Amino acid sequence: MPEEEAVIYRGRIRMPYTWAVGETGSFFLTQLRDHARIWGTRCPQCRRTMVPPRRNCPRCLAKTHWLQLEPRGSLVTYTVVHYRHRIHPPQEPLIYGVIKLEGADTGLTHLLGEVDPADLRPGLLLEAVFKEPEQRRGHILDILYFRPREVTGS
Amino acid sequence: MTNVAIVGAAQTPYRRRRDDASLAELVHEVTVAALADAGLEMGDIDNIVTVSNDFWDGRTISSMAVMDASGSSYAGGKNVSTVEGDGTFGLFYGAMRILSGVYRTTLVVAHSKGSEGDPMMITNSMFDYIYTRPLGLEFISSCALQARRYMDKYGLTEADFALVSVKNRRNALRNPYAQLAGELTVEEVLASPVLADPLKRHDLSPISDGAAAVILADSPVALRLGRKPVWLKGGAFCSEDHFLGDRDLAEAPALREASRRAFEMAGVTDPFREIDVVELYDACSYMELLWLEEMGFCPRGEGGTLIRSGETAPEGSLPVNPSGGVLSAHAVLVAGLARVIEVVLQLRGEAGPRQLGPKPVELGLAHGINGPCGQSHCVLVLGA
Repeated sequence: MPEEEAVIYRGRIRMPYTWAVGETGSFFLTQLRDHARIWGTRCPQCRRTMVPPRRNCPRCLAKTHWLQLEPRGSLVTYTVVHYRHRIHPPQEPLIYGVIKLEGADTGLTHLLGEVDPADLRPGLLLEAVFKEPEQRRGHILDILYFRPREVTGS
Repeated sequence: MTNVAIVGAAQTPYRRRRDDASLAELVHEVTVAALADAGLEMGDIDNIVTVSNDFWDGRTISSMAVMDASGSSYAGGKNVSTVEGDGTFGLFYGAMRILSGVYRTTLVVAHSKGSEGDPMMITNSMFDYIYTRPLGLEFISSCALQARRYMDKYGLTEADFALVSVKNRRNALRNPYAQLAGELTVEEVLASPVLADPLKRHDLSPISDGAAAVILADSPVALRLGRKPVWLKGGAFCSEDHFLGDRDLAEAPALREASRRAFEMAGVTDPFREIDVVELYDACSYMELLWLEEMGFCPRGEGGTLIRSGETAPEGSLPVNPSGGVLSAHAVLVAGLARVIEVVLQLRGEAGPRQLGPKPVELGLAHGINGPCGQSHCVLVLGA
């Protein structure tokens, strides 16, 4: 019997979509774009304010209402990523964090910037840095990243 | 519950690449082997549950590509249904089909090849496309967020996590199906390249190719077969919030609830004393400790104490992942069925050089997860 050759077929899937964000997500993203404002949704039954926003509470399914949040909060957890792939945004160093915004009960997962990785710790106070208005396009990355903020008045 | 038994099981060895076999050929390989293990023929199988994921396979309705290989066209065609999730979820569904009374035997078969697609892109695609996917978060970085939170909340250390890798890779030395095996030291794990801190190379499971199949039967069929059946004593499957920020990542309430329900069904009141072997889904080292806490084997935050005690080693009182676990072979979706199969082998006394003892293995737990940071959990209690 001749020596077996394993043939490898190289393929690639490019699949365009036009995903509807929905009315809730659309309000959130256009507010980011037009006013650099971060809105959460509050469940009247669970009394939980969540961001990203949800039209209905994931835990009790009640209809939520809008609540504007401060673009600042504190760090819940974080990681510094030491590999790169084309899925990653061009960010050096690449740091992810879960940020609990003031007034929110859930965390927002986003990027951290303008921070020395050695200074990262839970509870670190952060503020959102937005792209310039003309660069914002109604996208979660209209927030460039969160950076440490100076605490005043203490 | 002694209405459903596992009467046949088979798996491929897990390897970095299986260029010698297509996905359907892997499925065929384990289907035939599981039938032989059960002493059944394809004509005896009433229905089939396949487990697959379209993104990993790179095609729409990935189940369609393996239906023939699992016997769907045999003798005029069989009822085939599909689960997109871990293999344990497929088993849970297959068991319910028997409990319905409509079917007496179910073949559950899972396959995946991590080698063929791009795991970074595929696991990035498990996140919502509006808020999280554009950030570039994927399997490793999301697990790192969970590991960090778990450390911070309860004071566990990277050395605690390293002990899990050391134990499981050592266990894998006695499992010919495992892909990664070896004598590691805690220092070697800690010194391995940092990927997304606190996770390092040796904290992570490998990319694997493989398939696994299990045959379920109702009790009259199981008792007629003459081979020692392994009974499904209890099982539950629960999910929690999808967004990582909605959860406290140092906790897994879905696993807590699934364990509670499964133990209640099985009549288990003191899991640490009653369960003889645990095979759980340790896609990363820290998961073994977090999942053990939430299953109720130790108090919350005490996972580090448990691994340091040595009780979860094969010679301890609660052996965990004697197969080497997912840290030693991680064919996505298949890995949960691999956990089930290891428990079956241990209960049958057929685990070869890694057979636990001398105390007889009478009750085991198999666990599977799916979704970011263990969004969904399935807990199965299996007994001889």
